[in-house]
Amino acid sequence: MKKSHIIGIIVIAIAVFVIISTAGDASTYVSFDEAKALYESGNSKKVHIVGQLKKDNQGVIEGVEPGEDLLSVSFLMVDNNQKTGKVFYNKPMPPDLRQSEQVVVVGRFKDDVFMANQILLKCPSKYEENKIQAGSVN
Amino acid sequence: MVNLLIGNLGHLFIIISFVLSLASAFSYFKAVKIIENPLLTGWLQNGRVLFYLHSAFVVGVIFILFLIIYLHRFEYHYAYAHSSRFLPVYYMISCFWEGQEGSFLLWIFWNSMLGVILIKTNKKWEAPVMVTFAVVQAFLTSMILGVDILGAKIGSSPFVLLRDAIPDPIFAINPDFVPQDGSGLNPLLQNYWMVIHPPTLFLGYASTLIPFAYVMAGLWTKDYKNWIKPALPWAILSTALMAIGQLMGAYWAYETLSFGGYWSWDPVENAVYVPWIVQVASIHTMIIFKKNNSALKTSIILVITTFLLILYATFLTRSGILGSASVHSFTDLGLSGQLLIYLLVFLVAAILLSVIRWKEIPSSEGEVSTYSREFWIFMGATVMCLMGFQVIAATSIPVYNAILTQFGIDSGMAPPADQALFYSKFQIWGGILLAIFSGTGQFFFWKNMDKSRIWNELAIPVLLSLGVSTIVFIAAGVNKLPYILLLTAGIYSIISNGTIFIKLLKKQNLNLAGGAIAHIGVALMLLGILFSSGYSRIISLNMSGVAYSDELSDEMNRENVLLFANEPKVMNDYELTYKGQRVELVGVPGFPPKSYVARTNDEHLVVALKDYSYGEKVIFQSGDTLEIRPENTYYEVEYAKNGETKFSLFPRAQVNPNMGLLVSPDIKRQFSKDLYTHIASIPNPEEKIEWGTPKTETVSVGQNFFVNDQVATVTKIQQLSEVAGLVLSGEDIAAEAIIEIQGKTGISTLRPVFIIKDKMMGNIPDANEDLGVRISLVNIFPQESKFELAVETAPKDYIIMKAIEMPLINLLWLGTIVLMLGFSIAIYRRYKEFRKEGQTTN
Repeated sequence: MKKSHIIGIIVIAIAVFVIISTAGDASTYVSFDEAKALYESGNSKKVHIVGQLKKDNQGVIEGVEPGEDLLSVSFLMVDNNQKTGKVFYNKPMPPDLRQSEQVVVVGRFKDDVFMANQILLKCPSKYEENKIQAGSVN
Repeated sequence: MVNLLIGNLGHLFIIISFVLSLASAFSYFKAVKIIENPLLTGWLQNGRVLFYLHSAFVVGVIFILFLIIYLHRFEYHYAYAHSSRFLPVYYMISCFWEGQEGSFLLWIFWNSMLGVILIKTNKKWEAPVMVTFAVVQAFLTSMILGVDILGAKIGSSPFVLLRDAIPDPIFAINPDFVPQDGSGLNPLLQNYWMVIHPPTLFLGYASTLIPFAYVMAGLWTKDYKNWIKPALPWAILSTALMAIGQLMGAYWAYETLSFGGYWSWDPVENAVYVPWIVQVASIHTMIIFKKNNSALKTSIILVITTFLLILYATFLTRSGILGSASVHSFTDLGLSGQLLIYLLVFLVAAILLSVIRWKEIPSSEGEVSTYSREFWIFMGATVMCLMGFQVIAATSIPVYNAILTQFGIDSGMAPPADQALFYSKFQIWGGILLAIFSGTGQFFFWKNMDKSRIWNELAIPVLLSLGVSTIVFIAAGVNKLPYILLLTAGIYSIISNGTIFIKLLKKQNLNLAGGAIAHIGVALMLLGILFSSGYSRIISLNMSGVAYSDELSDEMNRENVLLFANEPKVMNDYELTYKGQRVELVGVPGFPPKSYVARTNDEHLVVALKDYSYGEKVIFQSGDTLEIRPENTYYEVEYAKNGETKFSLFPRAQVNPNMGLLVSPDIKRQFSKDLYTHIASIPNPEEKIEWGTPKTETVSVGQNFFVNDQVATVTKIQQLSEVAGLVLSGEDIAAEAIIEIQGKTGISTLRPVFIIKDKMMGNIPDANEDLGVRISLVNIFPQESKFELAVETAPKDYIIMKAIEMPLINLLWLGTIVLMLGFSIAIYRRYKEFRKEGQTTN
């Protein structure tokens, strides 16, 4: 066999390995129920859950509780299946958490709490707003 | 008043430059066969003049957009969304790359400049190369065209009026409404690196077009070999610009953002990294070709791939497909269809042309020897392509989702949960192999090697690097296998390339040393990355998670620390003290305490309440009016180690009404490591301080009393002849009490004032917000020589911060400079070769 063939085979093998490991390491978007089921089946893989902060009937955010020393925060989140879950985040509360339109939490369940390692917030961007800020007529 | 003329003129210029680029492409297309038919000179000259005119109109468009920003014409959306009245002129340039239209303009500008340089420097290839150039320009200008054709929106113009961009009800009442001020440039972009990083990176991006245009021209005119000579120096220049542009961005992120590093494997970063590393591979195969005429087909494929990856990256970052996967992609302008067409046109054209010509491209069949430089360079290029492949395979996950959605499948696939770990655990092996290959390949470069000689040559560098890395390994405690291998490979690359470099120096042949120097630079960078990322240490770490559960340690460890004002806390080997809030004043060195100044009605002006000196020099005195940077608050954190070495860091927080809390780190730079500190959270600045119910203390001079658990004493009471902001006349009296409070870290002084003016009693309280104390001098009883104080207390000011130590990060920056030096030498050499050969063959 020629040397270039051997190298070719190795390259293809590595490429296949890359594809398999990408598929294996890719996380998934799931609901609270699915994440819970994963935890209960002993799967400790980290997943993404998309949702919003829980609001009461008046539209006031409820269930956001900063932890002792303000170094952690836990909050209630409603996922896209309208299921509410408790999320614990072991970092200081992101300053714009309460203003967020959408929250993506990355992590896994531990008992009945979703332990988030990472929180991605989608906040109303100033450019998307359809309002002009304070200013007067010239 | 709304000025329609200037915007209409700008829009007209865009349309003209678009039409001119099409006309230029057509003329050059007609002129391609000029070598066979000299009568086509007319078409060639047409193409050239049209391209010059196109470039002139592009400059005109940029000038008009700058004028709109400079003159604060906020009736235009671009000026309103990206600028404001207080923006310094040098940051107005940055407005061009905050918005998507402006950054397209920048790209178009660089392309037209590069096109003009090519026309001037290479007459032989002009027609076929400039066809590709002009077509690319047509596509890019179409992105900012802003016209509707048969209901389809083509491009997004930067000259859109605010009233057309934002459907605010005010425009229904008054269509001529113009906002007083713009909404401003993102404060994080108001940084000197942000003035120079984007244009450099875009020039690198734009210049990938040149090697691509040459390869297309070569395939088209069936001149399969000669395109490499002029393309090679441009490919190296483009690679160097992309590298320095990316690293400027990395340095900006390190200094300004606060994710604790310089690289986060964000999709937008990956979108530059992948074409860059493929382009590095293409340079290496082009060099192989120049040496011995092999690897031509590989070079063609890699040059084409680089350009297509640039187009793919453009699509990823600008189409909105990344959605929430990236922090710094542009807002979606609805151009995704147009961007996709742009990508597909070049993809199909390049593949079609290559396939048609494939059989005609000369190739050298024959086995390469393991003892040849070509073998090692080729291996290096292969590794680089695989590294790029791994990154693009995962970065494209949102694209797979979008494609699957078209077929009605919801894959639910998300990017890897820990991106940094996912990418770096693969890339580190690439780094190890590249360091080994770049060290070994250099030996084959200079002489014909065989089995016996190579071992003689390699023995010393290999043994030396094993020795050095063992010492480092023991001294620094490097403990993971890939880290040990990267350390050894990096040192090996430095030593072997260094050996070559010294040999060249002795022969006074510095001209050829570009490769060796560039490889030393890369190896230094790899070592810098290894130590600063692999061995960074969180000073503020509280390892409660270890006790809780090993499995959940990353969820439970506390990486941040809460510091109350003036209460020292020991974290690892440092004692940290938060000393209070500081402000930034224009023209004032250092950061004076916030309590030294009082705000005025103008948010950019403050009045000094106290004298402030920096070093020996008095900078300002009480009563002076000063200019302030109103968005910036700095938080002084004092570091002490073994009770000795003391220094203060000033991490910054900006409270921006549109963007929330933006924090930037402060870095203590030392030779062997950086100490990096950033704020994670502060009390909500929107909430006013809640002072408690006043407590009355009747005391005499020298008597101790308690405020907020601290001992206070009135040391003196004195009459004042003037009080800032008040006119005192004959019978009026003013006096101040000087009160010293013994804090945990020293004495702070409060000076409340008591006034009798026009027979009315009044007082001016003095507060120390860091201590949470406010005291008023309510009354004076001269007979008993006592006086009455009202003491109010509030929760103490605090910060939550994170501190990280990053060892040997300076190796990364040093390596960058060395790499650039190597690139410069290589560009100079290859350009000289091109000029020399050009003179003989043309």
